[in-house]
Amino acid sequence: MNQARSNILRRLRAGRKASFALPRSDFAPVRDRDWSAAEKLDLFQQKIESVHGEVHRVPAQQWVPELLRLLAEKQLSNLLVSPERKPGQELREQWHGDLPELLAYDQPIENWKSELFNQVDASLTTCRGAIAETGSLILWPDTQEPRLMTLVPPVHFVLLEADQIYATFHEALSTQGWVNQGLPTNALLISGPSKTADIEQTLAYGVHGPAELVVLVLE
Amino acid sequence: MSQHQEAVQEFHPRVHAALQDSQIRNNFRKAMDGLMGKRQQAFADWDLEGLRDLGAAVRLRALSRLPELLEELEANLTRQGVRVHWAENGDQACEIIRDICQARDAKKVIKGKSMVSEEMELNAYLEEAGIEALESDLGEYLVQLAEETPSHIIMPAIHKNTDEISALMHEKTGTQPSRDVAYLTASARQQLREKFMQADVGVSGVNFAVAETGTLCLVENEGNGRLTTTTPSCHIAVTGIEKVVEKLEDVTPLLALLTRSATGQHVTTYVNMISGPRKEEEKDGPEEVHLVLVDSGRSSIYQDEELLDTLRCIRCGACMNHCPVYTRVGGHAYGTTYPGPIGKILMPHLLGLDKTRDLPSASTLCGACGEVCPVKIPIPKLLQRLRKEAVDGDSLRPSVVSGHGVKRRFLEVLAWKGWAKMHAHAGFYRLGTRMMTSLRGLMPSKLGGWTRYRTPPRIASKSFQQMMREHAQKSNAGGRS
Ligand code: SF4
Repeated sequence: MNQARSNILRRLRAGRKASFALPRSDFAPVRDRDWSAAEKLDLFQQKIESVHGEVHRVPAQQWVPELLRLLAEKQLSNLLVSPERKPGQELREQWHGDLPELLAYDQPIENWKSELFNQVDASLTTCRGAIAETGSLILWPDTQEPRLMTLVPPVHFVLLEADQIYATFHEALSTQGWVNQGLPTNALLISGPSKTADIEQTLAYGVHGPAELVVLVLE
Repeated sequence: MSQHQEAVQEFHPRVHAALQDSQIRNNFRKAMDGLMGKRQQAFADWDLEGLRDLGAAVRLRALSRLPELLEELEANLTRQGVRVHWAENGDQACEIIRDICQARDAKKVIKGKSMVSEEMELNAYLEEAGIEALESDLGEYLVQLAEETPSHIIMPAIHKNTDEISALMHEKTGTQPSRDVAYLTASARQQLREKFMQADVGVSGVNFAVAETGTLCLVENEGNGRLTTTTPSCHIAVTGIEKVVEKLEDVTPLLALLTRSATGQHVTTYVNMISGPRKEEEKDGPEEVHLVLVDSGRSSIYQDEELLDTLRCIRCGACMNHCPVYTRVGGHAYGTTYPGPIGKILMPHLLGLDKTRDLPSASTLCGACGEVCPVKIPIPKLLQRLRKEAVDGDSLRPSVVSGHGVKRRFLEVLAWKGWAKMHAHAGFYRLGTRMMTSLRGLMPSKLGGWTRYRTPPRIASKSFQQMMREHAQKSNAGGRS
């Protein structure tokens, strides 16, 4: 199919008009915001709640009891969490007998696909910050928190540090230097639980991904 | 040519049928009114003009360097382990995908939403090769169950209401008849989860391909796109060559415009950015990722400075939602993969004007589409251009639009020549109007396309000139008495 490649590129080069009038790309409309940290947190919360996300603000030291309370309230019987990350370690330290079981994503998906798809109730992951304007969480899945961890279990808990909220997507990717750093295999913005309006525009949640997205904001 | 494409030519009977179908009209009216309102709200606090200018500038900049950016995209993706393929047309693209599947001995393909794959009729092609292709976007899944095609590029099943969907799912999948959308959705989730676990290959579309970083961006709400691109061991993304943008930051205005214009959402649930296959230590994700770049007439559009604007499109569907024709006849009446205003300016290039002859004239030229288009494509201007191309028979002046001149008729050409002559010479003009007024009784009551939807014009017994003359004579006579 190299023939196709050269044919297409040749046609494009031959057909290009010399007179391309190129207007300036002024990024101000997607960049310039002057929101305080408190405003950004409020806006993030308002935006993600408007699409059915759940937000709980907790002092940084007290997220474990809050999570336990939510697990009990939602009657979840197990939780998938990375044993290598700090939150997973903190959680394991404070764990005791009659709490939901803690699971680890410690093998390739091929070895436990059916288990992950059918038996895991909830997951807990970290994130790389959030975007106030759209109520989005930024996640870069990796070996410790693989991609499907945030997609397959019906409930997804996320820990977000309050000072990691950017005003816009543009600010997030320039401040975090995405281009220079190089993007991971998969980068994600997650803004609420999975949803569809394909049946007569009626919203339904959890169509393929989690039905609940719960954000614990650590202040 | 497939049956589906053949059907494009029977436009008028389908329009008639759609206009008589009150169910279709209600379903569309309700949905489109909702979408228009939501879009307006979503942009309420925005400098919308500034944002649209930026969106247009970003797309134009990408097009101005299209061949270089495609090469840059290919180089970066290849370096990151993605295999890039090129296809001049839909058939070639289908072949590439079939070959990848066969090389992996894949029998089951799960699909995320992709309009380009609809355009090339991939499902039917794979089916013929003995490979099952299952749609996983809920709307696409329903449309596939019903053995139909999407009637809207964003909401494929918008032509069906809940009762119709309940009946369809009951008949095809055995769910209970129900008006409970949560139940219907949960049932579909269950049915499709199994399929995701079994699928050998995932096929998806692409919303934006970033040259600078070699990244494929996919925008969706359901999570089926993420499952498609993560669960099977092989992911094949397929996209038109125009979807490339230069820089990662270029995605930010396009994303802001796309979701708000399409459904009034400030963002979709998932923005999925893929830059490579699973790395050694990673525990999930496909081992193989392929990108198929499809031309299919796009490089011919690129040859024409004016028509080129068509390629800016980010497939938001806003032009459909706001089109007085689309909202009344619905998507299927067009008989093309892309319906509505974008379909009218794009399909003639993909299929040829000879097969889409009625599309450019199926417009009131009210201008709504151009006003809402997030990347400022002057759709009405392009429609007029295509109307001109349809009657342009000058074989000396090459046109990039295939099938141009399809509507040129000898009699019509003659009539217009006469008209031009008449208006250029006062004598001919007087003679002409005198003939028309005195022979007006002979005018036929049926005047082809004109009287199909309108009453025939009535010619006055006296021309305006004649009346003026008489008026002047009378007042002259009056002044003297
Ligand atoms: S032509 Fe404009 S309004 Fe229509 S789908 Fe494309 S980007 Fe959206």
